[in-house]
Amino acid sequence: MSNLPPYAGPAERTWYYTYRLICAAIFVFLIAPIIVMVPLSFNAEPYFTFRPEMLALNPDAFSMRWYQDIIDNRQWLFSMKNSFIIGIAATLLATTLGTLAALGLSRPDMPYKGVIMGILISPMIVPLIITAAGLFFFYSRFGLSQTFVGIIMAHTALGTPFVVITVTATLSGFDTSLIRASAGLGASQTRTFFKVIMPLISPGVISGGLFAFVTSFDEVVVVLFLSGFEQRTIPRQMWAGIREQISPTILAVATILVCISIALLTVVELLRRRSERLRGISPG
Amino acid sequence: MAVVSDGAGMLRTADGVPLKQALARATRVNKIKAFLLVAPLLVFILITFIVPILDMMTRSVSSPEVVDALPKTIAELVKWDGTDLPPEAAFAAMAAEMSDKKNKFYLGKAAARLNFQKSGFRSLFNKSQRKIKRVKQGPFKDAFAKIDKRWAQSATWNIIRNASGRYTDVHYLNAIDMNRDPAGEIAAQPKIKRIYVTLFERTIYVSFGVTILCLILAYPISYLLATLPLKTSNLLMILVLLPFWTSLLVRTTAWIVLLQANGVLNDLFVFFGIVNDENRIRMIYNMTGSLIAMTHILMPFMVLPLYSVMKTISPTYMRAARSLGANPFTAFVRVYMPQTVPGIGAGSILVFILAIGYYITPALVGGQSGQLISNLIEYHMKKSLNWGLAAALGGLLLIGILVLYWLYNRIVGIDKMKFG
Repeated sequence: MSNLPPYAGPAERTWYYTYRLICAAIFVFLIAPIIVMVPLSFNAEPYFTFRPEMLALNPDAFSMRWYQDIIDNRQWLFSMKNSFIIGIAATLLATTLGTLAALGLSRPDMPYKGVIMGILISPMIVPLIITAAGLFFFYSRFGLSQTFVGIIMAHTALGTPFVVITVTATLSGFDTSLIRASAGLGASQTRTFFKVIMPLISPGVISGGLFAFVTSFDEVVVVLFLSGFEQRTIPRQMWAGIREQISPTILAVATILVCISIALLTVVELLRRRSERLRGISPG
Repeated sequence: MAVVSDGAGMLRTADGVPLKQALARATRVNKIKAFLLVAPLLVFILITFIVPILDMMTRSVSSPEVVDALPKTIAELVKWDGTDLPPEAAFAAMAAEMSDKKNKFYLGKAAARLNFQKSGFRSLFNKSQRKIKRVKQGPFKDAFAKIDKRWAQSATWNIIRNASGRYTDVHYLNAIDMNRDPAGEIAAQPKIKRIYVTLFERTIYVSFGVTILCLILAYPISYLLATLPLKTSNLLMILVLLPFWTSLLVRTTAWIVLLQANGVLNDLFVFFGIVNDENRIRMIYNMTGSLIAMTHILMPFMVLPLYSVMKTISPTYMRAARSLGANPFTAFVRVYMPQTVPGIGAGSILVFILAIGYYITPALVGGQSGQLISNLIEYHMKKSLNWGLAAALGGLLLIGILVLYWLYNRIVGIDKMKFG
């Protein structure tokens, strides 16, 4: 489909362009909602739509007032801080535990591989509302609800499947003779791990970690059940904003979050290419 | 490991251990090593995730409230044959247990539990507790009848007796719109109380609809991405991955901005004269809003598996089909599409699993008509506090999802899942 063959008849030609048009429309559907918010977050008036002045690019129609609002409102800064504390702690835990588990799962001698993999992936499959309800009862019993520890534990559990999956995928292309070579050259197991294994699987580990971070950073259902006022995160704050009174401040926050996603996406994409290069697959 | 033969046909290592044994030990050591690497995460997930969920599931069958509050009464009621009224001993035990101040907390719980069974029990218990205290001696049968005539009906006592087990199926029955009548027989709920089966059906329809919509939208662009030269397709892939990486709440907000009555789309429609200003289309806070937003949010989960399968299909098959005389349409349908079935299966099951447990989007943009089963679980968890029913609804949902998960594992293999 990439190129129209020279022998294509008029019908095929028409279809070719119609098809491209359809695809363009679908891409617009995917990306437009995210793009539309960005200019609206600079709206000088508290409206969610483009006013004639904005379309005429009149500078008076644009302002930074909603961004100023985020900085002035201590609640947003506070929840941003919480989001980062919980996200980073959960990511570190999930990455460490997940990478170790993936190393074990990739060994040929691993017993009960299927069952264990199923259990480790389950936090990703079970609907969040069931997870949240279950954790709410159980953690309350041990005084862990409305604490950072409780939320970090929950987010770690939710993030590990991503680490396990990405690191296992990276390890599937790993040449195990390198470990034997390293041992043969006299390196200890620890040294082999840090000097040989780690550099090769690091792209997988980092992108798994980023997935875990995004999972925690974006998670709201468990937070709704487990957090008190002290542990409010950005998604929790946005949730309250959308439910109660939707103000353009939300659009400003959303725009900032989109920028963060773009940055994360870029990092993951670069890592993927590096990993493919290391494994000898040409990125094209 | 140097291997020597001892002449009797048994292979031994240099230090005299039979080879078979030495190898078995080596494998065992390797197995333990592998397991030790997995153990920390396994223990962590079991404690912080699996046990809490199993614990919640026990709530869906346990009902200790009534027997905890009224142990002696229950002991008397068990002897009763269920017709007419219970013996005086049961009334006396009830009076004693209701007058006991220390029992107040448990009585409250029991009343709440019975209230889910038949409304009115909470007030009946409150009233009776207050009044029976003043009755110093029997016959208690008449005293109770005087407080409320419901105590003189065998149905009331039957409900208490039926709720007296430590384990119950009543929450699961409620979750499928059934109940036990006073005689203990399973019967359908009155029409006005039948909501859950409809809601399960709606959830399945919506998930199915979202899956189909995702497939219809994802198929063409996955094909385009898989057949374009890598440079272009990598660029276009960003348009799929950016929504994938963007916060759920951000995407939901975006749809509110686009779809609401005074939103961007309606403004466009008015501007182009498709609708007039008074009749702006209601596209959000209803089922339409739920469907659109969920399709948008779950679409990347369809594109990625489809793309990775299509990427492996060699273009030579299509060319061969064409050269053998098939027209482009036949070649595509008969030769290309069958090869994409694994991708269709993987993407569809994944989207369906995610859609069926969806909570956030329906809660924010679904309005009344767009609520799904997850939203009702939340309602029973946080508002009506009928935790047993919430757990039973969750249990049914979980069973459905585990079946699909198992299917996915069989078809695709869970370790084949990929992101980005």
